[in-house]
This record gives sequence, C-alpha cells and structure tokens, in this order.
Amino acid sequence: MGEGRQIVASLDGVTKKYAEVTALRDVSLKVGAGELLALLGPNGAGKTTSVRLMLGLAKPLAGKVQVFGRDPRITAARRRIGAMLQVAKVPETLKVKEHINLFRSYYANPLSLRTTLEVAGLEGIDNRLFGALSGGQKQRVLFALAICGNPDLLFLDEPTVGLDIATRHLIWQQIRNLVKQGRTVVLTTHYLEEVDALASRVVVLNHGGIVAEGTSAEIKSRTAQRKIRCVTRLRPADVESIAEVAGVSAQEGRLEIRTMQVEPVLRELFQRDPALTGLEVSNSTLEEAFLKIVEAGPQEAQKEMTA
Amino acid sequence: MTSQSVIATATPIANASSASAFHIYRTEAKYEFLKTLRQPAYVIPTLTFPLIFYAMFGIVFGGKQAIGATNVATYLLATYATFGVMGASLFGFAVGVAIERGFGWLQVKRASPMPPLAYLAAKAAMSTIFSAILMTGLYALATGFGGVHLSPARFLGLAGTLIAGSVVFCAMGLVIGCYSAPNAAPGVVNVVFLPMSFCSGLWLPMPILPKLLQHAAPFLPPYHLAQLALQQIGFEGTGPAWQHVAALAAFTVVFLLLARRGFKRDDVNVNA
Repeated sequence: MGEGRQIVASLDGVTKKYAEVTALRDVSLKVGAGELLALLGPNGAGKTTSVRLMLGLAKPLAGKVQVFGRDPRITAARRRIGAMLQVAKVPETLKVKEHINLFRSYYANPLSLRTTLEVAGLEGIDNRLFGALSGGQKQRVLFALAICGNPDLLFLDEPTVGLDIATRHLIWQQIRNLVKQGRTVVLTTHYLEEVDALASRVVVLNHGGIVAEGTSAEIKSRTAQRKIRCVTRLRPADVESIAEVAGVSAQEGRLEIRTMQVEPVLRELFQRDPALTGLEVSNSTLEEAFLKIVEAGPQEAQKEMTA
Repeated sequence: MTSQSVIATATPIANASSASAFHIYRTEAKYEFLKTLRQPAYVIPTLTFPLIFYAMFGIVFGGKQAIGATNVATYLLATYATFGVMGASLFGFAVGVAIERGFGWLQVKRASPMPPLAYLAAKAAMSTIFSAILMTGLYALATGFGGVHLSPARFLGLAGTLIAGSVVFCAMGLVIGCYSAPNAAPGVVNVVFLPMSFCSGLWLPMPILPKLLQHAAPFLPPYHLAQLALQQIGFEGTGPAWQHVAALAAFTVVFLLLARRGFKRDDVNVNA
C-alpha cells in the first residue's frame, strides 16, 4: 500500500474461530483509500472470513475491525460500503429493477437506476423476474446491488466465479473504472489471472494467516525464478557450475535452467557455447509464485505455533 | 455493459447524511408484499384454506346451531379468522426467513446498510395485508351466506385485535425460520400449525372438544388470541382479557429471545 494513504478499513490483530476451527489467527491488514486489494488463498485460508468481518457479519474473538473508523457491525457504518457476496438463492419473484430500487433505498446518495443498469450491463432486462435470468445475468444483478449505493468501498467475494469469459472481462472493466474514480475495492478470488489483471496489491492468506503481501510483481519476484530454455551442447553439470544458476533439467533435447538473475547466466552461457540456439526466457506466473508461497505456508505457521 | 458506461462521480445531493428511514421501511414493505404476492405457494393456501374450512364447518355444518347465546357461524368466524391470521404470519415468517437465511440472501441484506428492523417490519406488514384480505373475505362469506349479523364496527374490532395479536405468530415463525433448514420449514410449520389450531379450538368450538384438550389449550398461544377474538364478537370467553394479553405477551417474549439466539448462531455456523 502506498505511503500516506488514508486507511478505509482495517483488521488489527484479529482472531476469529468457528467452533473448533481457527479461521483467522492474529491477522492485521490495512486497506488504503483508492487501492484494489486482492485477497488470495486456497479454500479455508480465511479470505471470506476477513471480508465477513469487515462487513460486520461476524464478530472477532480478539482484535479490532474498523471500516471508515467505525465498527462495521453498526448499520450506519456500512452506508459507504457495497458488497457482492456468494449467495445460493436470491428471491426470484422480484424484478431486476425492484431488487435494485430496494437496495438503492438503503443509501443516502445512490446511483440512478439507469446508471446502475448501464454499469452492470442489465439494460433491457430490468423488467424481468430474477428467477427468469441466466446465470451470468444473475451475477450481474448481484454486482448491480453492490454498486447501486454509490459506495466508496466495495467488497467483491469471488465476483466472476462461473461466468463466461466475455462477461468476466466486462466486469473487470467496470471494476477498473470504479478504481479509476477513486473507489476502494477489496476482492477475493481463486482466479490468479483476475488478480494479475486488476489488483494493485495482493495479500496471500493461508491457514488463517498472511503468508505474503505486495504487488503482484513483488509476489512473483519473491519466489520467482525465471526460466531459460535453450538447445546447447553443454551438459547439465557444466551449466550447474555457473554461480547464479538455481537448477537445471534436461527436457527433450533442451536444457531448462532456473535462476533469479537471467542476465549473468545468459552471458556465461554464450561464452561457453556461442552456437547456443532456441533461446527462450520466461517469467514465472503468479500461479507458480502462489503455489510456492502456499506450500511454504504451513511450515511457517507451525514454527510460529511451537515458538 | 459497455466500457463507456462509467459511474458519474460524486453527484452532489443536499441531504447526503442518511437515507430516510421512512423511505427504507416503506420500500422494504412494498417489495416484500410484491415478492410474496407472486408466490402461489404462499398466496393460495393463505387466502383460500380458511375460507373453505369456514364454509364447510361454520356455514354448512354449523348452520343455525348455537353455543350459549352465540350462533356457531358467528363463533367460528372469530376462530377461523384467528386460524387465517396465524397461517399468514407463521408461513410468511418461518418459510421466508428460513429460505433467505439458509441460502445466504439474508447475509447480503445484513451486509448492506438496511436497518435490521426494516426486514422484520416488512414481513409483519406483508402478513398484515394478507390477513386483512383474508378477514374481509371471511366477513363477506359469513354475512353473505352464513346468516351472520356482525356490525362493521365489531368486525373492525375483531380484525384489529387479531392483527395486533398476530405478533406472537410472527415471533413464532421467526423462531422456526431461524432453526429449520430452508426446505424443511414449510413441513415444520404445518406440523406445528395444524395440530395447534385444532387443539386451540379454532376449527371446532372449544366447548365441544374433549375435556383434556380444554385443559391443555391455555398452553397454546392461539387459544388466547381466539378468546380475545371471541370477546370482540360478544361471546363471553373464559377468563378476563388481561390474562390472555399477558399470556400472549409472555409467549412473544420467549419466542423473540429464542429467535435472537438463532440469529447469533449464524455467525458461528458459516464456514470460512
């Protein structure tokens, strides 16, 4: 998060348990005004619990939750918030525009019905009953309900799950527009592609704790080895002797070299084999970084517990 | 959804401090009513069963018989109105809350700035409207075909009493809604609703029920409301009105406490 940003929401040393399961363990998290924060992590990592706490839907066992400087369990504290949550069943006998008008009534300064329909891509189906909509349209109504109050802070819990690619990209575009207007967005998702496309900052959660935090590029570089592939007469053992190389494997007549520093390795390779061909350099994906961090997570968590 | 459609930034509005509470309550109630009106599974049983039952037991069988000074058709008008109001409130709350709570919709509403009381008030308003429609139907049936003579003033007294008293069934429905799975709620309500109606003397006049039931009835909320309803139509009920009011108030408080516990449980039940 950029320095000097106003904090709009925060968890401060928060622990939350559900019966026997510890969903969050002493987590501190700050959301700065105008950022798009992605909460990333496997199922049960504590993403949804964090969002539920910031929406006032759950009460922390220990620690403090604040949104715009207030406890979000107070109704008035939620007047600048919009939320898109996962819901199994929405009342089907209300029309699209009726659903939207009802949620608009909760806010002091809502968007007009027309703007809401436009932004959520619901023009022309505003008179349809919710039960008569397709899956993608239903998801867009939930998005509409989240934004119709003209909120400064928006929580999106897996907003594009199960959507076709076209609708997903359109929702991404709208999320970008919202951020461009200075709104703050907290997003949870399983789609790493989504994080890469949208987030200005990523917090990776695992087993109820934060295991990594930074921009998506920082997270990648944290774990991130880049890969060099080439066809060369050098043997793997020769290449391994280069100082910066982290690992080498031979695949289908090519060498795959992993390293944190590509340039010195390349210089050395060309010096040793000027005839080297088929060169490819690739960055690791966020997905690879994510998997590495999550794999490392439990051990760190255990260390903490025994300490 | 076009990429050009961008939310206009900060529309200035004079009074941006808070949404008007009255506007929220009215809108919530309006859409709760519309939503329910489009659900035949609620509307048809709520509006027709009490009318059919009353036509059969009150008019066809009851006819010209009398209990004390009151004829059976008049007596049963009060008790079937109680039955109908109980059905409208119990089903409205229990099924609505169980489904909206169980499938995550209530959570979406609780995450919004909706005042929690607006949710409950809207459901109460909705069941009041259905109760009023039903009672008007019963009154028309009773005076048109049952030979019942009841002044409009007395009918309004009856309807007002029942609507005020229906709060106990709203609370009871809320408890069922808080504790039962969404798909089980209608079954649970029927299991509670039908035996309780019979045992409280809503279907057949209390004086002709077995003595055992007559002694057990005071433990059931509808019995007390039916006694108040009967007093409104001039039938001398058992015991003074204040006792029945006190019993209904006590039941309501117990149900509301149970419901509050049920809502608190929600936080614990949802998985990470």
